[in-house]
Amino acid sequence: MSVELWTYIVVGLSFLFYVYIGYASRVRDTRGFYVAGRSVPAFANGAATAADWMSAASFISMAGVIATAGYDGAIYLMGWTGGYVLLALLLAPYLRKYRKFTVPDFVGDRYASNAARTIAAIATILVSLVYIAAQMRGVGIVFSRFLALDIAQGVLIGVGVVAFFAILGGMKGVTWTQAAQYAVLIIAYLIPGFALAYMLTGNPIPQLAFAFSDMCDRINQLQTELGFAEYTQPFQSKPMIDVLAVTAALMIGTAGLPHVIIRFYTTPDVRSARYSAFWALVFIGLLYTTASPLGMFARYNLINTLHGKPIEEVRKIDWVAKWEQTGLLKIVDKNGDGIVQIAKGKAFKEKGGKPDFSQPDMSNSNEVFLDNDIIVLSTPEVARLAPFVIALLAAGGLAAALSTASGLLIAMSSAVAHDLYYRVFNPHAPERLRLLIGRLAMVPVLVIAAYMGINPPGFVAQLVAFAFGLAASGLFPAILLGIFDRRMNHQGAIAGMVVGLTFTTVMIVLMRSPQLLGTAQPIVKDFFGISAEGVGIIGMLLNMATALIVSRLTPPPPEHIQELVDSIRIPRGAGEALDE
Amino acid sequence: MKPTPSIREYWRANVRLIALLLAVWFLVSYVVSIILAPWLNQFRLGGAPLGFWFAQQGSIYVFILLIWIYARWMDTLDRKYDVHEE
Repeated sequence: MSVELWTYIVVGLSFLFYVYIGYASRVRDTRGFYVAGRSVPAFANGAATAADWMSAASFISMAGVIATAGYDGAIYLMGWTGGYVLLALLLAPYLRKYRKFTVPDFVGDRYASNAARTIAAIATILVSLVYIAAQMRGVGIVFSRFLALDIAQGVLIGVGVVAFFAILGGMKGVTWTQAAQYAVLIIAYLIPGFALAYMLTGNPIPQLAFAFSDMCDRINQLQTELGFAEYTQPFQSKPMIDVLAVTAALMIGTAGLPHVIIRFYTTPDVRSARYSAFWALVFIGLLYTTASPLGMFARYNLINTLHGKPIEEVRKIDWVAKWEQTGLLKIVDKNGDGIVQIAKGKAFKEKGGKPDFSQPDMSNSNEVFLDNDIIVLSTPEVARLAPFVIALLAAGGLAAALSTASGLLIAMSSAVAHDLYYRVFNPHAPERLRLLIGRLAMVPVLVIAAYMGINPPGFVAQLVAFAFGLAASGLFPAILLGIFDRRMNHQGAIAGMVVGLTFTTVMIVLMRSPQLLGTAQPIVKDFFGISAEGVGIIGMLLNMATALIVSRLTPPPPEHIQELVDSIRIPRGAGEALDE
Repeated sequence: MKPTPSIREYWRANVRLIALLLAVWFLVSYVVSIILAPWLNQFRLGGAPLGFWFAQQGSIYVFILLIWIYARWMDTLDRKYDVHEE
């Protein structure tokens, strides 16, 4: 059977499976719709959280980004895992004890302020919208690379599947499909990882092959020969201060992302919220600790296969021909010697952030363009695995994108329907109307996501820095202080959020002004060496400092709020039905 | 309702544990894996330079371990201070 037929079968079966799970877990009340009836065991919630968190980018692009960055790729490996320690120790157990539906619920009630609730709801919607557009784009890309569908068709199929199980099953449907999607995506990721590790080192476990083989020496030597810095050498792409700041901003941003936080609302009690965070990081860690060996091994293998070989011969390798057609790989014979040469520098000049294959960059001798995505996508062919594995990889990429998109959809629709409509505009809405509004709110969100997936605005990539920046500098401190500082009042929290969000937004806009405002040069190059990706950490510190000072200059919060804080600090009583 | 002395003690014990575990979290991620990484790279774990290994593998294992220790320890604390869920 051909790869394409296999892909249709595997992807088709996986979609049927998700739709069936969505149908089987359809819900009739808001408790099921927003928090899955608080019935999800820790282990399953961990798997759902892992799929919720790991996006199309984690699955398809991250290993490639690490392969290019070497040591510096650690900012993503640590930044996107370390935040779970903060979630498990500082946020998840207490928010679960609070027994409400959303993140703005807590912020609004704790500070007894609809202004705070509205700021949190708008931050939730903005952060999630940025993300969901990227997921829909990912769905379209997988469809177009593995199946001969165009991106628009792929996006529409993806939106259709997500709409079915999310509208019918709400959080309950999303949770159980996410758990199934985790199984699909991790199997699809591990098989090529195992195969490549075995091929290069004779040890099939990538994590062990990474440490207990001579691969680090081999790639360092290869990189040095070609004029690159050693692969394991720190701070080649960023100064140390920026590596520190970006890692911290990604960690704290992760802990402040609403679609991740609400996953912990679905467990039966506080104890299982803690164990959920543990299982979530075990499941995420399995993919992340595979990504670093996979990136390193694949880079070594690609350079070894291509460099110094006659171009004619290289082009006869079937995967080279295939990926050269799709533009993920491009070879150009700059010096006309018929030999492939890999060196430092870009093979082609760039136009609009993409390489222009008609314009070789003659200022350096590098003759090969490698897209980041090729590291993961080409591995099954490079390691000569069955066509079935390539099909599985397509299903895995789609599982990663759809699971994240559905989690974001719940976060956004609950912010619109529960926080803004029910809590702010119409507090007397009956249960059935609230459920209907929750379902209806998903429709415009999906339409916007589909539109942005098909016609991505050029600044989508820039917006991801915003998502983490806003979560780190706005939401995280407000929640943290709400739990750990009894004396924190609404004056302090609101002042803190305003200062943190304003600082971060202004800094990111000034640093990314060429992409966002169209200036020739960034208006501000960096903030004492910290780039736009990392500046959220400064925003967070400013937020906390402002909040602490302002709260001490204004009256303490009323008695019933302090009692609320006391009650969320105690696990007992989390199972009782409150759920308003 | 004011928290009882026993509840206050439970909360203090919890905060102390969090502080201890977050100190380890901070040391492993920022100090060992980043600030000291260039220096640690002269040592090796198997075939991998140590600073590089911590940044790309070891730190993640430590994060998982920290959450597990916290969840287990809190099980004991919850029972000791009788605030656990039945």
